[in-house]
Amino acid sequence: MSAACFQVQDASVERAGRLLFQPVSFVLQAGQALHLQGDNGSGKTSLLRALCGLSTLSQGHARWGAMSVSADHHAFKREVFYLGHALGLKDELTALENLQVACAIAGQTLSTTAAQSALQAQGLAKRMHLPLRVLSQGQKRRVALARLQVSAARLWVLDEPWVALDQAAQSALTDLLNAHVAQGGLLLFTSHQAPALGHAVSELRLQP
Amino acid sequence: MSIFFTVVMRDLRLAMRRKAEVLNSVFFFVVVAAMFPLAIGPEPQMLRQIGPGVLWVGALLATMLGLSRMFESDFRDGSLEHMLLSPHTLGLMVLGKITAHWLLCGVPLVILAPVLGLQFDLSPQALSMLCWSLLLGTPVLSCVGAIGASLTLGVRGGGILISLLVLPLYVPVLVFGAGAVQALESGVGAQAHVSILLAMLLPALFFSPWACSAGLRIALE
Repeated sequence: MSAACFQVQDASVERAGRLLFQPVSFVLQAGQALHLQGDNGSGKTSLLRALCGLSTLSQGHARWGAMSVSADHHAFKREVFYLGHALGLKDELTALENLQVACAIAGQTLSTTAAQSALQAQGLAKRMHLPLRVLSQGQKRRVALARLQVSAARLWVLDEPWVALDQAAQSALTDLLNAHVAQGGLLLFTSHQAPALGHAVSELRLQP
Repeated sequence: MSIFFTVVMRDLRLAMRRKAEVLNSVFFFVVVAAMFPLAIGPEPQMLRQIGPGVLWVGALLATMLGLSRMFESDFRDGSLEHMLLSPHTLGLMVLGKITAHWLLCGVPLVILAPVLGLQFDLSPQALSMLCWSLLLGTPVLSCVGAIGASLTLGVRGGGILISLLVLPLYVPVLVFGAGAVQALESGVGAQAHVSILLAMLLPALFFSPWACSAGLRIALE
């Protein structure tokens, strides 16, 4: 296993011929978290998507250990977990089916009991056999966060993870992120709330 | 390889929970094929002649009806993003989606075609050849249609654009599919037509997942 280290150098994203923000550079080591800040429309989501390899960086580059994210995207995909605004869940499937299918697509075999206990931990014990369309926005997000709980990826890239969650779920998520970082995971997230993560969180502000 | 079956099962299960969308194209095919004999009149000779062509055009249009929905819901709810970030080969997952589309849209047409063919007074040999030609032709329609669907993903008015993009590519399948039945009826034998249909199917199966994957990556940029 290579040393977990995510390096970003002079990265920026272009839209309609102009850079969305001043190029940013940072290094994220194992056990570190970075809070990406910026006003609405400053390019936070675009940067996160580009860093995961969903789109391309207009300039600069991102490296995972020794390999480049864009050139070795296939190997990098095993190391990264991305959760954006769209949750990637199907309204017609039940919470349990959604979790199992999503994990299978993410290259992870998840037994039914493991999936059930992950959903129970998210407080969805009585809802796991209901189709997702009857669940509330916050409950849907909890299903998506159950994926986070069982994820084996070392780099978590989360876009506004606390949105739509109630107080209890917010603190449960904060605990989950703390545990991930404490175990040597890497965390890169955006949020307009100031999360009280136990570890030192470095901050980076995107400048237009 | 198991991811292929996972995606097929997922799409089939989704389709079972929104049956109206699936039945839409099958119902369209039945209606088109049933209206022609009523409109044209009961001359067996005429019906026998136009039968294969009408059924093939009906099958082609019925396939096109559902094309724009192939990737759309996965695009909207973010599932495609997760497929792109999956360590599995995107092409295999796309092939799974194409297979599911064919099972839901192509296979019912193959099964219904001989029943509807009876209205056109087609002989048993012609009916079985119609089935064979549809069995080889409808997967090509799904494969080629998927390329159009991936290229027009996220474009407003994509439905019309797909038709424009895909229809010219469907024409050879239509010509040789309907031609196979007519060739058999005229006594020439349909072997050449069937071989050509098969020759279209194999490259379509092989190249379509790669082309779709490229299209989807562009759509998600």
